[in-house]
Amino acid sequence: MKSTIPWLIAAATGFVMIAAYFIPAAQGWQGEVGTWFEILAAFAFVLGGANLFAYHLGKISARRAGWGYSGVTLVAFLVTLAAGMLKLGVPAPDRYPTNAWAGDFQFEGSVSWWLYWYLYNPLNATMFALLAFYVSSAAFRAFRAKNTEATVLLVTAFIVLLGRTYAGAWLTSSVPENYSALTFPGMTAIILAVGNTAGQRAIMIGIALGVAATSLKVLLGVDRSYLGSDGD
Amino acid sequence: MVLALWGFGSIESARAQDAALAAPTGLKAVDHPNDVGTSVDLTWTLSVDDNARAQPRVVNGYEIYRSLVDGDEREMVGEVPYGVEKFTDQQCTAGVPYLFEIISVGTGEQRSEPARLAKPITPIRQWIDRSRAWFGVIVVLVCGAVILFTRLARFGKATYVREIAGLQAIDEAVGRATEMGRPCLFVPGLQDMNEIPTVAGINILARVARTVAEYDATLTVPTARSLVMTSARETVQASCLAAGRPEVYDENLVYYVSDEQFAYVAHLTGYMVRERPAACFYAGTFYAESLILAETGNSVGALQIAGTAEASQLPFFVAACDYTLIGEELFAASAYLSREPQQLGSLKGQDAGKLLAGALLIVGCALATWAALAGNGSPAESMLVFLKDTILGRGGAG
Repeated sequence: MKSTIPWLIAAATGFVMIAAYFIPAAQGWQGEVGTWFEILAAFAFVLGGANLFAYHLGKISARRAGWGYSGVTLVAFLVTLAAGMLKLGVPAPDRYPTNAWAGDFQFEGSVSWWLYWYLYNPLNATMFALLAFYVSSAAFRAFRAKNTEATVLLVTAFIVLLGRTYAGAWLTSSVPENYSALTFPGMTAIILAVGNTAGQRAIMIGIALGVAATSLKVLLGVDRSYLGSDGD
Repeated sequence: MVLALWGFGSIESARAQDAALAAPTGLKAVDHPNDVGTSVDLTWTLSVDDNARAQPRVVNGYEIYRSLVDGDEREMVGEVPYGVEKFTDQQCTAGVPYLFEIISVGTGEQRSEPARLAKPITPIRQWIDRSRAWFGVIVVLVCGAVILFTRLARFGKATYVREIAGLQAIDEAVGRATEMGRPCLFVPGLQDMNEIPTVAGINILARVARTVAEYDATLTVPTARSLVMTSARETVQASCLAAGRPEVYDENLVYYVSDEQFAYVAHLTGYMVRERPAACFYAGTFYAESLILAETGNSVGALQIAGTAEASQLPFFVAACDYTLIGEELFAASAYLSREPQQLGSLKGQDAGKLLAGALLIVGCALATWAALAGNGSPAESMLVFLKDTILGRGGAG
């Protein structure tokens, strides 16, 4: 029963979604299923919050490696939660002038708004910016000409990188118009439009079929390993 | 001279405003196709006064009215600006005959006589969306093949599956972690359980967790969604049980971090640097964080196996990981690892789908070449348009 009931729910929902795609009268059901998922996800937020609290509290009390970061996480979690739920810094709306709690927690100037724009957003941008350094180190490793395939990759990457810069166009600017395919931008366009697109589409077709087959296995209950146990 | 012309123009426009507005003509109504019978599509020919170059404009727009056949319940159902020749009324009731009128609207209160529909229109509820029929055919063919080969496998028909290096390396990776006395890290991606790549990732987790339990190693699973955490806990617990080592399951090692992409990444990279896992598994949906994770894992010397259905992230995993499951291999992993005949049969069904896709590609290329050689109006062009627009296009597989 432990895996049968969840499988039945998953199968029923999946078949409803398929039916809704082909039957106009059932198209509203998709929205209903989406709403149910949103409700589940809302409960999951509580579950997630509770787990986060318990995990980091346990880490601090056990003084495990990096427990100081857990302290920062918990403080940030509680401050953000309090700022959002108590609507700190939110003025009362015109409609309910005596009740500040009726205001929007995202009101410009509120504590929540300030935390989002002046703490969360810069931190997010910092993490994202690290990507530039990782791209460089990964490219350095990937483009070493260790064998034939790696050499082909290196040459292709060199052409594409150069073809997308002004230097690439400038270096081959003397090539006649009729032979524009031999310029760096021309070769880049061909590599992207022919080789790259063909490869990407082949992968996409495989992915689409894989998604369809996996969905079918889930709907028919052939594969229930995601439910924890195959046995009842 | 200029003043005279200006004066003449002003007199003409004033006359145009004084005169009765011309109504639009040729009002037609058809039942909106493939809906539940609540919409009617209206088209008309613009009023002769609806001239784009007239200054000031004589017709500013149109008002559309709907009424029952006996004239009751007449109400305005929409307004459209000048130059528009169609409107869809989406507030009808299926099976009720309606009459429609359209009126040109000028400046102020100026209105034309109504143009009326010659005969009533009755919106009809359609049970099947016929525009998606070809997509339905393709779904039936692909799913039919999967079901057929699954059934055949159940009756003992053997299925050959090629070796997938990334999946074979799971034992090696876990063994390495065991020997080094370091943990294994499994990252199920950013998406929730309603995404099939996440389900595929959790299926791989089942095998990894079982191997970890058999080797008596440690497995940590930080998740970005609490539903994924719940599912991963169930999976890891069941795997420990299947390995005959229920006592090694520790639910505290499967935990929720954050729904936020970079907060999750910050935790994972911090964990990698502190705990230095010997094996990292990434299976699910990944975006920009793929390279940050894989490069950090690489920097701590972990053996890394990644799989994702995000084609744009595959190059990053290929560059930074030891093994990468490319696209469909992620979905084949569950069947490959379990070696259950039914699941292996489903892979054969996927191959049938690939044959169909290949056949469509060859037919499409042949038709496109023929159409290019034969020129405009050739039968090949019509067939190509049918293939692109009807079979693979809107409402089709595309």
